[in-house]
Amino acid sequence: MTLPSESETQPGLSRRPVERIVATILIGLALVVLYDSYGRGAGWDNGPQNGFFPARVGWIFLAASLFILVQSFRSPVDGIFVSYAQLGQVVRVLGPLFLFVALIQPLGLYVAAAVFIVVFMAIVATSRWYAIGLTAVLVPVVCFWVFEIQFRVPLPKGPLEAALGY
Amino acid sequence: MDDFSSLMAGFQVALSWQNIGFMAIGVVLGIIVGVLPGLGGPNGVAILLPLTFGMDPTSAIILLSSIYWGALFGGAITSILFNIPGEAWSVATTFDGYPMAVQGRAAEALTAAFTASFIGAISGVILITFVAPLVASFALRFGPAEFFAVFLLTFCSFIGMGRDNRSKILASLCIGFLLAAVGLDSISGDLRMTFGSLELMRGFDFLIVVIGLFGVSEILLTVEEGLVFKGKQAKIDLKVVLRTWVGLPRYWATLLRSAAVGMWMGVTPGGAIAASFMGYGLAKRFSKRGKNFGKGEIEGVLAPETAAHAAGTAALLPMLALGIPGSATAAVLLGGLLVWGLQPGPLLFIEQKEFVWGLIASMYLGNIAGLVIVLATVPLFAAIMRVPFSYVAPVILIVCAIGAYTISNSIFDIWLMLLFGIVGYVFKKLDYPLAPLVLALVLGDRAEDAFRQALLGSAGSLNVFWANGLVGTLVVLAMLLLLWGPVSDVIGAARGRGRADEKPAAAE
Repeated sequence: MTLPSESETQPGLSRRPVERIVATILIGLALVVLYDSYGRGAGWDNGPQNGFFPARVGWIFLAASLFILVQSFRSPVDGIFVSYAQLGQVVRVLGPLFLFVALIQPLGLYVAAAVFIVVFMAIVATSRWYAIGLTAVLVPVVCFWVFEIQFRVPLPKGPLEAALGY
Repeated sequence: MDDFSSLMAGFQVALSWQNIGFMAIGVVLGIIVGVLPGLGGPNGVAILLPLTFGMDPTSAIILLSSIYWGALFGGAITSILFNIPGEAWSVATTFDGYPMAVQGRAAEALTAAFTASFIGAISGVILITFVAPLVASFALRFGPAEFFAVFLLTFCSFIGMGRDNRSKILASLCIGFLLAAVGLDSISGDLRMTFGSLELMRGFDFLIVVIGLFGVSEILLTVEEGLVFKGKQAKIDLKVVLRTWVGLPRYWATLLRSAAVGMWMGVTPGGAIAASFMGYGLAKRFSKRGKNFGKGEIEGVLAPETAAHAAGTAALLPMLALGIPGSATAAVLLGGLLVWGLQPGPLLFIEQKEFVWGLIASMYLGNIAGLVIVLATVPLFAAIMRVPFSYVAPVILIVCAIGAYTISNSIFDIWLMLLFGIVGYVFKKLDYPLAPLVLALVLGDRAEDAFRQALLGSAGSLNVFWANGLVGTLVVLAMLLLLWGPVSDVIGAARGRGRADEKPAAAE
């Protein structure tokens, strides 16, 4: 958990606009829920219709989100949501992670995992190349052994596994 | 007395070398399954169920229930050391367990968690042994209105006890309910909030949301402060264990209360998740050190663990006595019983006496074996923590992705996990509590079904919620808990120590 005080000295995104953006998104979601529920029927037709419960929750949700938005304007203190340095670190993890998930479909999970490990560890750059290579090979192989062979959980496979006969 | 002699006969069945071996294997497998996020107890039991079809039913059920005990114990390890709950019922354990680990008290927290689990589970087993028929027949009297009242009580206690911004707790609860509502409506069979998407028809599985909100977002929060792993070391030695045990009798009230809440929630299908949160909430309310909860208070570990395990175990009671599974794992075990040609229900106690009492005896023994094994092997599982973060992080993320994928074999679910990871990161930074979201997501469908069925029965009149003493009492209790928070705020403000100058203590 990050305490606000840790990052207050560094430049970064301030908290208040993020708070307002999130509250606005929540209000939008509440409106979508209400639109959908009333579109399908949120009333009583020989019993509660299927939008009955979501619509009521939707109204409470809308009220709570509006209140959070109002609070964000009244709140006297403003801190840093995330400093630019921290944001950079988060992007260094999220980038390879997005790549990993995007590669699962074409390459299969195991190869994508190997690519992910190489990219992630290269970006983090705390390991020697042979350690990176060994990890990138060993982790998918162990995963394959545990999930595919021991637990018999079929995971997405790609051309490499097909070439190896799986 | 008749029960007692049956139990003794059961111990003879369970105490064969072969069955003790199965117990040990089951517990170790269970710990592995519990430590891996996204696999968890029900999945582990389900995956391994086919392997046991060739076995003798008693040995098979002993192996499967030991996997279950192991998974329960394993969940506590990741919650405390990694701040990643392996199961939804370990979420509440992270609130104080992880801060304790941060303060270098990981061994104490783990010992407390395991011991509390043990106490909770044993109370559940004692309940099954002695009062099974009584409690089960009471739960039979529950109608939809009573079920909804139990859920309402859980949600209200959450808002009432929360020290976060209450509108954020409420928004979080609503998001959980609405996520649960997406997909096929179980009553009318219509699609809701899918907006034409085939992938959304399945709805949001709570495990995917949990893996994202807790697992992925925790990694993101960790890298923020440089690529140093925040997982904590745990060297458990006998001294720490004994010292923690010596301190435990001081918390007898918390343990008793949580065990009672857990057993109640387990038998009435409130479930282990609701029980763990309720146990935590009540402990926070009644403890003298309630204000310190969330900062590493041992009671905050004891209460949810005791309640969750009492509930998880007590959930087997209606399964055995009535054939109604009280939890997902109980449902999987029920499936196993049917495969072996055993029909769970009141007749099982008469026709398959040896099996039932062998199982009950194995619950006592399995828990003792579990406690010993888990205390002995924690250093092994915690050794992962000595591996640098740049190795561990990708492995955790890959396992999270695998966990998300295996739930319904869909790559879309991995994207969802990623999305919820980012949502969790933003929510944690903005002090939106995540626990109410998960709670409402898990219980949402059942709460809604109960609500709608209750209203159907009364032709839309809300009077059904105070139609009789039982449901009326539950609803009044819920309202009291809901108002407790705001009223105590007002009283606090009147005394000149309002919330404005109080640092908001995050529940996460």
